[in-house]
Amino acid sequence: MQLDHRIPSGPLTEKWDRFRFETKLINPANKRKFEIIVVGAGLAGASASATLGELGYNVKTFCIQDSPRRGHSIAAQGGINAAKNCQNDGDSIWRLFYDTIKGGDFRAREANVYRLAQISNQIIDQCVAQGVPFAREYGGLLANRSFGGAQVSRTFYARGQTGQQLLLGAYSAMMRQVKTGKVTLHPRSEMMDLVVINGQARGIVTRNLITGAIDSHAADAVVLATGGYGNAYYLSTNAMASNVTATWRAYKRGAAFANPCFVQIHPTCIPVHGTYQSKLTLMSESLRNDGRVWVPTRSGDKRPPTEIPEAERDYYLEKKYPSFGNLVPRDVASRNAKEQCDQGKGVGDTGLAVYLDFADAINRLGEAAIRQKYGNLFDMYEKITGQDPVKEPMTIYPAVHYTMGGLWVDYHLMSTVPGLFVLGEANFSDHGANRLGASALMQGLADGYFVLPATISSHFAKSALVPITTSHPAFTEAIDTTKGRIQRLLSINGKRTPDDFHRELGLLLWDHCGMARNEAGLKLALDRLSELREKFWHNLKVTGSGADLNQTLERAGRVADFIEFAEVMILDALSRQESCGCHFREESQTAEHEAKRIDDTYSHVSAWQYQGEDQTPTLHKEPLVFENIQLSQRSYK
Amino acid sequence: MNIIHLTLKIWRQTGPESKGSFKTYESGPITTAMSFLEMLDVLNERLILSGEEPVAFDHDCREGICGMCGSVINGTPHGPEKKTTLCQLHMRHFKDGDTLVIEPFRSRAFKLVKDLIVDRSPFDAIIAEGGYVSVNTGGTPDANAIPIPTFTAEQALDAAECIGCGACVAACPNGSAMLFVGAKISHLALLPQGQPERSKRALAMVKKMDELGFGNCGNEKYCEKACPKGISISNIARLNREFMKAAFCSVEE
Ligand SMILES: Cc1cc2nc3c(=O)[nH]c(=O)nc-3n(C[C@H](O)[C@H](O)[C@H](O)COP(=O)(O)OP(=O)(O)OC[C@H]3O[C@@H](n4cnc5c(N)ncnc54)[C@H](O)[C@@H]3O)c2cc1C
Ligand code: SF4
Ligand code: FES
Repeated sequence: MQLDHRIPSGPLTEKWDRFRFETKLINPANKRKFEIIVVGAGLAGASASATLGELGYNVKTFCIQDSPRRGHSIAAQGGINAAKNCQNDGDSIWRLFYDTIKGGDFRAREANVYRLAQISNQIIDQCVAQGVPFAREYGGLLANRSFGGAQVSRTFYARGQTGQQLLLGAYSAMMRQVKTGKVTLHPRSEMMDLVVINGQARGIVTRNLITGAIDSHAADAVVLATGGYGNAYYLSTNAMASNVTATWRAYKRGAAFANPCFVQIHPTCIPVHGTYQSKLTLMSESLRNDGRVWVPTRSGDKRPPTEIPEAERDYYLEKKYPSFGNLVPRDVASRNAKEQCDQGKGVGDTGLAVYLDFADAINRLGEAAIRQKYGNLFDMYEKITGQDPVKEPMTIYPAVHYTMGGLWVDYHLMSTVPGLFVLGEANFSDHGANRLGASALMQGLADGYFVLPATISSHFAKSALVPITTSHPAFTEAIDTTKGRIQRLLSINGKRTPDDFHRELGLLLWDHCGMARNEAGLKLALDRLSELREKFWHNLKVTGSGADLNQTLERAGRVADFIEFAEVMILDALSRQESCGCHFREESQTAEHEAKRIDDTYSHVSAWQYQGEDQTPTLHKEPLVFENIQLSQRSYK
Repeated sequence: MNIIHLTLKIWRQTGPESKGSFKTYESGPITTAMSFLEMLDVLNERLILSGEEPVAFDHDCREGICGMCGSVINGTPHGPEKKTTLCQLHMRHFKDGDTLVIEPFRSRAFKLVKDLIVDRSPFDAIIAEGGYVSVNTGGTPDANAIPIPTFTAEQALDAAECIGCGACVAACPNGSAMLFVGAKISHLALLPQGQPERSKRALAMVKKMDELGFGNCGNEKYCEKACPKGISISNIARLNREFMKAAFCSVEE
């Protein structure tokens, strides 16, 4: 397998212009001759569908939810970055580019990230023109807030629901194309397989989630915008339907999977209450601006927080990282919380939580000021836990939040299967080993509104695509495979539910391929994983049939894919024997127990290629070349 | 954290054409820290193991923002807590021994799909008629070219917060979608970007709403009470104004 990144030549700042100038265009009258399938209607999928429809292509858009307005992007709270320098605080495209590369711990491509920073400003213009009600200053101009990993204020927001407002903007633009007939919607449809003909992605197989019908759809190109795989861990901040199925099936049809072990764990989530827990809720990390993180100094101290005297509290972040204190980056905060709990100093019923205490801030600034700043978040916390953070400290714990890994794509966002494009969280492209806050929304919209519409035309202009219909044998084969798999899931008739297996998988990954990883643990996890897979296929219980709405069957299919996928994730973690970004390998740390990157050996993208059922996948490496910036080790001491 | 036991009367219906009925289940031990949907998860796990098909219900984000969840609990859409979606309702609001009647969002315009799941695609059809600003990608003016007063932006956002859950329709004795449509019309009518298509939008969205079988507003405010996002009924007043102005004064086609 050849990993050709197809980055245009020339200086970094001119690459995107050059690409657009040199690329062959499709005559507007000819665009209507092309059919494009877009799987996913989150920010990336909806923005791509809208724009492709506007350009004149015929688009079919698929999503799992009953309406495309509900994609997981809707849950994003904090905001979206752009290099507009509205605050005149020294921001620039170059600075946003640099912060993103550095934040990703130097494991992303310069050219892609630079393009992202360039496009960022246009995204804000686009969204405002659609009527996205961003927060405003009194003079009527756009307001900004600050986010982690940056010294400038460049994040645009709409209260605590930026993702919702951006998605509704993209959704409405797409619905306008639905009205014109350029976009056809297929909600409550799950992609089950990718169809590859003559080496080109030419269609998909779907399951209608209401009728159970297995359908096939042919097209000239397939776009995956199906989001991240954080739910491999069972508990995460992702929506319940988030899955790896679409990208995993594409992987099994030849698309390389890049950096699957890069998973971001967010430090401030509401802790787990019990085994029935279905998901975790993120609390904005802005809370760390005023909250102080602590645990009791004595392990096993079960007194309520108010009864623990000051001298018996360990403000471990402030102690260990005097200059950044409670504001260390996400991965450092998360790892330290785990370390404290591992030492038995965790608090709450489960011992898997640390305190985030606002008492000092309230004493200093007054309750009113703190409520004004964090009122929404305090209410949300109280709604879920029944406790008031003004009266007693919040409890928080890290949770899986975002996946930097994804299908490998080149500069055109095309995977290793020609004609298969991958956008948004589903690809691996821009965040390296760690994503900065407020840059996923930016990337999803950059990919959908601006990058793909430009690159897909170059693909069509260059490829000689023969007409194909769904009567092609490759479709029949994919349909049969899908039906066979569903039949298999239904016929096991064992004694454990899909969720039960999913929970077991989640714990396994969390323990051994979570915040800190080591060789022995990863190897153990691999063994356990194959046992789990065995058990799954022998003892799964799915009620009902495949011929109507069956949520148990849907879940079973997704869990089966997560179990297969987990193996590649662990293999990837094993092969990367360095610590970088969110991937902390215990074998690779400094004398002060901080992450140690090893640039000589690991400055590459790891792309895994499927080799067949029960075969070990092949690892390909795309070297990362840094011509414009100097690599440095992160330090937060 | 306490443990409670509940009696659940849940609407079971295998498909749109079949006849449905209530079926009674004992919840078994439920901890009060659970969310309502987690309580249903626990029941469903038990049903699966006993070979009975679990209760089908819609849900996704479980954070109160996607608008996918929703059932009627003892006659109230999304249950007893104010401004709370079903997924954000926690079991500590119920007492040991309570009986809960759990039904789908029923309305003429929302066809039942299965158990607690209904078809809310008519909402998408209404949006497709004009719930947008007709700008193509690219070529848009600088985001700061038109200043928007904070108050206006905030008011627009108050309306834009609608999550499209359909509780307003389920709560309304007439099955009206006026709160949902009013929220979208208000969001865009308040902003300068929404002005050029203001009249056309109001006419087209209302026409579609009527066509799809949604009823008329009887001013009883059930919708406002049921709305998990606190969308104010004043949006219906604005919708009426926008529609009247468009119908009588508009010079647009
Ligand atoms: C709680 C939370 C808060 C966040 N806050 C921020 C923030 O403030 N700023 C920021 O930049 N980022 C934030 N993020 C990250 C960001 O929201 C996501 O990375 C981003 O929205 C992903 O967008 P997407 O379009 O790639 O995918 P998604 O929004 O996940 O959409 C995936 C789409 O694919 C469809 N789909 C999936 N699988 C299939 C299948 N098999 N068949 C058919 N359809 C399928 C789904 O139905 C859906 O429509 C946050 C994430 C979380 C979880
Ligand atoms: S107006 Fe309220 S109740 Fe109606 S759909 Fe919107 S959020 Fe739901
Ligand atoms: S599940 Fe998303 S709002 Fe309830």
